[in-house]
Amino acid sequence: MTDAPTEQRPDPDRFLAELELEQGRSTQGRLKIFFGLAAGVGKTYAMLESAHAQRERGVDLVIGYCEHHGRPETDALLAGLPLLPRRVVAYRGTQLSEFDLDAAIARRPAVLVVDELAHTNAPGSRHPKRWQDVEELLELGIDVWTTLNVQHLESLNDVVGSITGVTVRETVPDAVFDESDEIEVVDIAPDELLERFREGKVYGRPQARRAMEGFFRKSNLVALREISLRRAADRMNAQVQTARRGRGATRAWATQVRVLVCVGPSPTTQRVVRTARRIAAGLRAEWIAAAVSVPGGGDPGDAERQLAHLRLAETLGAEVVTLQGEDVAGEILEYAASRNVTTIMVGRSRAATRSFWRGRGIVDRLLRDGGDIDVLVVNGDGSNDVPLDAPWRGGDRRATPFAPLALLGAMLAATLAAAGLRGLGLSDANVVMVFLLAVTWLAARRGFLTALAGSLLGVLSFNFFFIEPRLTFRVHDTEYLVTFLVMFAIAAVISTLTARLRTQAEASRRGERRTDVLYRLSRELAGTSGTRQIAAAAEHMLAAHLGDEVTVLLPDAAQELQPVVGSHGSFLDDRGELAVAQWTFERGRPAGAGTETLPDARALYLPLESPEGRVGVLAVRPEGGNVLPSSAQYHLLVTLASLVALAIERDRLGERARSSLVEAEAERLRASLLSSVSHDLRTPLAVIAGSASSLLEDGLDEPARRELLTNVCEEADRLARLVDNLLSMTRIEAGGMKVQREWHSLEELVGGAITRLRRSAGDLPVVVHVPADAPLVALDGVLIEQVLLNLLDNAVRYAGRDAGLEVRVEVRDRELRIDVLDRGPGVPEGMHERIFGKFVRGVPRRSDSRGAGLGLAICRAVVEAHGGTLVCESRSGGGADFRITLPREGEAPTVPAEPEGASEGTP
Amino acid sequence: MSLGRILLVEDDVAIVRYLRTVLGHAGYELELAEDGASALSAAAARPPDLVLLDLGLPDMDGQQVLEGLREWTRIPVVVLSARDQERAKVAALDAGADDYLTKPFSTGELMARLRVALRHSPRPGDERGADPAELRVGGLRVELPARRVDVDGREVRLTPIEFRLLVLLMRHPGRVLTHKILLDEVWGPDAVDEPHYVRVHMANLRRKIEVDPSQPRYLLTEQGVGYRFADG
Repeated sequence: MTDAPTEQRPDPDRFLAELELEQGRSTQGRLKIFFGLAAGVGKTYAMLESAHAQRERGVDLVIGYCEHHGRPETDALLAGLPLLPRRVVAYRGTQLSEFDLDAAIARRPAVLVVDELAHTNAPGSRHPKRWQDVEELLELGIDVWTTLNVQHLESLNDVVGSITGVTVRETVPDAVFDESDEIEVVDIAPDELLERFREGKVYGRPQARRAMEGFFRKSNLVALREISLRRAADRMNAQVQTARRGRGATRAWATQVRVLVCVGPSPTTQRVVRTARRIAAGLRAEWIAAAVSVPGGGDPGDAERQLAHLRLAETLGAEVVTLQGEDVAGEILEYAASRNVTTIMVGRSRAATRSFWRGRGIVDRLLRDGGDIDVLVVNGDGSNDVPLDAPWRGGDRRATPFAPLALLGAMLAATLAAAGLRGLGLSDANVVMVFLLAVTWLAARRGFLTALAGSLLGVLSFNFFFIEPRLTFRVHDTEYLVTFLVMFAIAAVISTLTARLRTQAEASRRGERRTDVLYRLSRELAGTSGTRQIAAAAEHMLAAHLGDEVTVLLPDAAQELQPVVGSHGSFLDDRGELAVAQWTFERGRPAGAGTETLPDARALYLPLESPEGRVGVLAVRPEGGNVLPSSAQYHLLVTLASLVALAIERDRLGERARSSLVEAEAERLRASLLSSVSHDLRTPLAVIAGSASSLLEDGLDEPARRELLTNVCEEADRLARLVDNLLSMTRIEAGGMKVQREWHSLEELVGGAITRLRRSAGDLPVVVHVPADAPLVALDGVLIEQVLLNLLDNAVRYAGRDAGLEVRVEVRDRELRIDVLDRGPGVPEGMHERIFGKFVRGVPRRSDSRGAGLGLAICRAVVEAHGGTLVCESRSGGGADFRITLPREGEAPTVPAEPEGASEGTP
Repeated sequence: MSLGRILLVEDDVAIVRYLRTVLGHAGYELELAEDGASALSAAAARPPDLVLLDLGLPDMDGQQVLEGLREWTRIPVVVLSARDQERAKVAALDAGADDYLTKPFSTGELMARLRVALRHSPRPGDERGADPAELRVGGLRVELPARRVDVDGREVRLTPIEFRLLVLLMRHPGRVLTHKILLDEVWGPDAVDEPHYVRVHMANLRRKIEVDPSQPRYLLTEQGVGYRFADG
């Protein structure tokens, strides 16, 4: 009761995956495939008939592309259906008309009919393959109807090829077929199809008909029919199972089958991978494609092919993994154990035994040490395997070319040395040693080919110059054949070892460089803040280390990508390149040079993906224009891109945190402003209102009336001052304070402030020191006079009227100091900086002269707007010193001189 | 006995009520216009002795009203402005207003400004036919024909510009003169964009006639506007 059998419980992960698939479908377009065994079965015909039925029901259906092969029935059916104009592409002097993806996206029909899913697009199209166009349409929520023949299915490609002897290179990944929403099998009896073929209904042109004669044989058609029906049935079976699982139906999932296929560089791997896919699909099992990369091992071309095979596996739906290690079989077994793999599939090929130092017999090792794991060995007869294009060409390949000069030089030197030794009377064996030395040197320094030629030349030279009969090539003794063979073997061994050492050194150098770039970039990015700065640092670092043109593009407010840094790669001036970048950004997939999408672009575009989403695009234009980065560099780039994305993300999060902090601070300020302002406004208002209403009443004696009236006046003054300060502060915070500089005399500014102070506070003593030769200063007179007034007013309020008020102006070389001094109680310790904050108030001498706590904040803002500083210090001997420091800028203007003592002059 | 008839151009009811009470009590006769258009027609229909003009009016800018008046009359105009209208204030003075008051203002300040404006002193630039031969304020005495200046009985020597500046300000005691007006009158129209001329000469003048130039008794600064000679 407590232990329910686990098999009955639906696996939550699978359930989730199905749910996601279902949800994905609801926003995605639906794909319907008309599936047939060969051309001419009537897929297009059936599709167009259904299309007419849909149109009649009012569905917005458009023909995106339809190939009629000159069949009149098809032509007749096409009439009356809305056709999308085709895109005409000029290619090698001919005009190709292609499906127009952009027009289709712009038109956005409910259903779009696009014939021939396996079609390869003309060069320069956005995607190399039509099925990629279809995927994009589906992603955008457009339903697509299309046609497909069985021989174009990736996993069946080789099987069909072996049956019919015709291998097509246009293939569609099985995932597209399996994840389609509806399959309509268009079936026809082989006899009937042959009949149609002979009548010329399949291929209109006679030459095409002749070319296909070998294909359209009854035996072929029967086999193809079986394969296609079985494939369609497989798929339906899978659908039924999905549905059943969805309802929680019991099914024995006793063992979870997991297949691992070993991916190597040999062309036969393709066959192994396809077989693995079929077996995995048959078992409804997960499958993993694993490649082992041997550090510094072998030909870089091998690595490229291995990568191509991994990609093939990926398109067939495998999980792809690359392992590192010297011991291929060991690595595979270890990984298989860690992933609970039940079956390992490996190809048996000649290639596996070719390199003798790798330790032969990976298959043997797997069989011996595999333990519980089943090992399935697939025959690797690679006779009609076409090597796949390596996805990344160029780059690191560093073959050691044949070096004739070194060869001749070494052999000449060897011959001369040998002649010398012979002159000393040394034996043949020692003479041969000299040649061996030369061959060894050539092998180590100039590679296998040169060393091989060296050993040949050495033997010939030895024979010609040193063996009787001399100066002939006749050899009496087969012993010298042995000499040659030994030299040859040594050349082979040494050159191979050297080459391996060299690639190892190269690999470790690359690895070191990679680590170095990663380290430097991460350090650089960690110390950088601000999106622009991060982008600039990344561009700089990447360009310096990869030697490529690198640009970071980030979306603007309208989600349009823009290069971030001014000195971006000139290639981005091209609108087309920006469009590729935009595509990458919107779809989150790499595009441009070297990828499946828009491969004709001049640069490679990688999305910058962070955990929070896509932040931008990294554009890399390979150095020298056309050479694409090697696969190692490509992976490095992907890593670097994620590093950059993370840095940008981190910065954005930091920015967000900062701004929320600022917001919280602003909120706190607003709250304190509100409470302070409401209090400060209400108090004088209460006094004024109360006093005024009392004054309206009769029966007050004259002294009482006077008292109330004085109250009203004083409180009104206070209110006026508060409102003034609030307005100034608001203007400063809104950024509306403009400094209007004019040339002013400080004496006058100080005098103006004191005059105004006396107007409100009455006559009081202020000592002023202004140097008689003080120059004019460029500042905003109104604002600075207000600052001086506020400081003086403050001093009166907090230090008292007779606290030795003093204003002292000091002119220095590059700055100007104005001190407002008093001998009052001074500012309490620890408050010297705080008093410049908003709504910070001290304890005034008289309780009725409280301010709003804004005066000093305003003063500081004004002084800072002038590029100066305002600080408060304690004076020795007691009291406060408010010190304004202003920079002296510009040369004071001169005034035309005139003679002194000219009261007599004309007025 | 009426001290004069004042046309008040103001749309705020509270200010109107206050001014009506205060000015009526002081002996002025008050006429009210609530907007610029009616102010212009009222002034034309029956010219007042003084216009008290608020710069913020509902229908037009106070500046326009002032320009409209100045097209045909020299009636004294005192403008009322808010604190943040520095530029408007200076513009009004340059356009021919006689003085200004910044809200809030005290009754004493208001009365003093009105008194000065109604004194019928000639505006700067007007012909000064009935010039007195001697100007005297406190201990400062200027004998115009002799161009002699005494401070507390001690003669001081002024440069021609200082002399002209002093005389110009003394002829309009209590009234603010903008930088532009001073520059135009003393230096000529080419110098109106050089306000530092005034500041330099004013500083020199203060050193000669004030006891403490940084705390002047005679030559008062209206920061951002101009200068005013202390009124008595």
